[in-house]
Amino acid sequence: MKISRNEVEHVADLARLELSGEEVDQFTGQLDAILSYIDKLNELDTADVEPTAHVIHVGNVIREDRVCDSIPLKETLSNAPETDEGFFKVPKII
Amino acid sequence: MEYEAVIGLEVHAQLKTKSKIFCNCSTAFGAEPNHHTCPVCLGMPGVLPVLNREVVNYTIRTGLALNCTINSFSRFARKNYFYPDLPKGYQISQYELPLCEHGYLMIDVDGRERRIGVTRIHMEEDAGKNIHGEKGDSSSYVDLNRTGVPLMEIVSEPDIRTPEEAAAYMRKLRSIVRYLDVCDGNMEEGSLRCDANISLRPVGATELGVKAELKNMNSFKNVQKALEYEVKRQTRLLEEGGSVIQETRLWDADRGVTLSMRGKEEAHDYRYFPDPDLVPLQVDDAWIEEVKKTLPELPDAKMERFMAEYDLPRYDAEVLTASRELAVYFEACNKEARSPKVVSNWIMGDLLRECKGDDQEILHCPVRPEMLAEMIRMIGKGTISGKIAKTVFAEMMKSGKSPEIIVKEKNLVQITDEGEIVKIVEEVIAANPAQVEQFRSGKEKVLGFFVGQVMKASRGKANPTVVNKLLKERL
Repeated sequence: MKISRNEVEHVADLARLELSGEEVDQFTGQLDAILSYIDKLNELDTADVEPTAHVIHVGNVIREDRVCDSIPLKETLSNAPETDEGFFKVPKII
Repeated sequence: MEYEAVIGLEVHAQLKTKSKIFCNCSTAFGAEPNHHTCPVCLGMPGVLPVLNREVVNYTIRTGLALNCTINSFSRFARKNYFYPDLPKGYQISQYELPLCEHGYLMIDVDGRERRIGVTRIHMEEDAGKNIHGEKGDSSSYVDLNRTGVPLMEIVSEPDIRTPEEAAAYMRKLRSIVRYLDVCDGNMEEGSLRCDANISLRPVGATELGVKAELKNMNSFKNVQKALEYEVKRQTRLLEEGGSVIQETRLWDADRGVTLSMRGKEEAHDYRYFPDPDLVPLQVDDAWIEEVKKTLPELPDAKMERFMAEYDLPRYDAEVLTASRELAVYFEACNKEARSPKVVSNWIMGDLLRECKGDDQEILHCPVRPEMLAEMIRMIGKGTISGKIAKTVFAEMMKSGKSPEIIVKEKNLVQITDEGEIVKIVEEVIAANPAQVEQFRSGKEKVLGFFVGQVMKASRGKANPTVVNKLLKERL
């Protein structure tokens, strides 16, 4: 096995997902299959290959330090389930 | 058993750029909630962050000032965690391959120099701000104006051994980022923030103990106090045979204790990975040279120069160069007054007291350097006495008027004319026969009494040298 039930539960927890016992079994099996498949790459000899930092060979995409207009507050808040006086309103954090 | 503390600091410095790190929203402080936001900093799907050149420049500038290697190749990573002030669910930061590494900073505690290693300096984006409702309100309120404001995280080696050294390191760092003009250094407002890792180990041991991470220390004094508390707490734990657990603790400045955040925090598992939205950053020598040209004279170099060029004691040079504003003030004033030690005394005494040591107050102080210089020249020429100058200084502070005008308006010109002073001296001698008798019978100390009386009668304006001379002649 490439991944344990515990690891799946931990990752689900980090992603704030609530999984049933059945789902944990199901995802453990699926993730194991995916990881085993990816593992095939390890069969390649990459001793002479430079590590890749990014899939495209471009560096330094940079902009100047210039301020542009932000978007209207109405748009900023338009997807929020709840707002209050310009703030996003969320369940109490502490 | 004797323990020693091992302390490392992580400092976040907000960079003074005009726009955010990955979008063109303004970084200006104090805007209405959520007015400085756009799809990029709101973390909308499908947007593309683009790096702000000035963020790189400021970070390189700091790296050079802290003796770091500037990496020619660096990249951004995603740090994944959930919190309402982080709309994307990850913070763009640097992990492997930060921009600057392997630097150091010299600090001075009680005349002992110490070299504190700087592990790395990396660039990242700030999170938003949460405001928590009053009691009974079951909501929190999120303002994302600060989301995406550029930060530099400066991580020290665990080279710090005492809380005093930690405070000295913070002071030095603040002074440097302010000299570099990359961060305003305001700890109370959060533009300079400090977290500390601290563990204890028996003196002489090389292995590290279990550390606690301290947060929420928003002044130099609080950094020192929180660490002092933590040294005591951990020492007590170890002496009682217990052990320190690795955890995050919050400093409560009101109660003067650190409190565990246990329960709130699960083990850190940030799952860093390279951010595919941002291409790697390549910094060549030409770019570094370009930034090097913008480096100002730094506090240590300036202090050495003040000692050599102006022949000032080390203490004076250190105080005067601790802030750039003060150093500029000194040099502007001395350029006119040409009397470094006198200028230094006035700045370290009256000016710093009036401005409460605050850089902004110095910058906007009604007593401009030229005015102080003019006043010092008036003392030198004998137009006013040093004592009267105190009054003139206070008046300049109040009204912002030039010393010449103040002296004229208040009629404070020193009387050096012997004829005028003789009259007062004779009056005073005539009015105090008993003291005259004492003086003549050998009690020379009474002379001080006469000087005082004459000065009082002249309302402080008589030239003390002349007064002394005349009194000795007449008595």
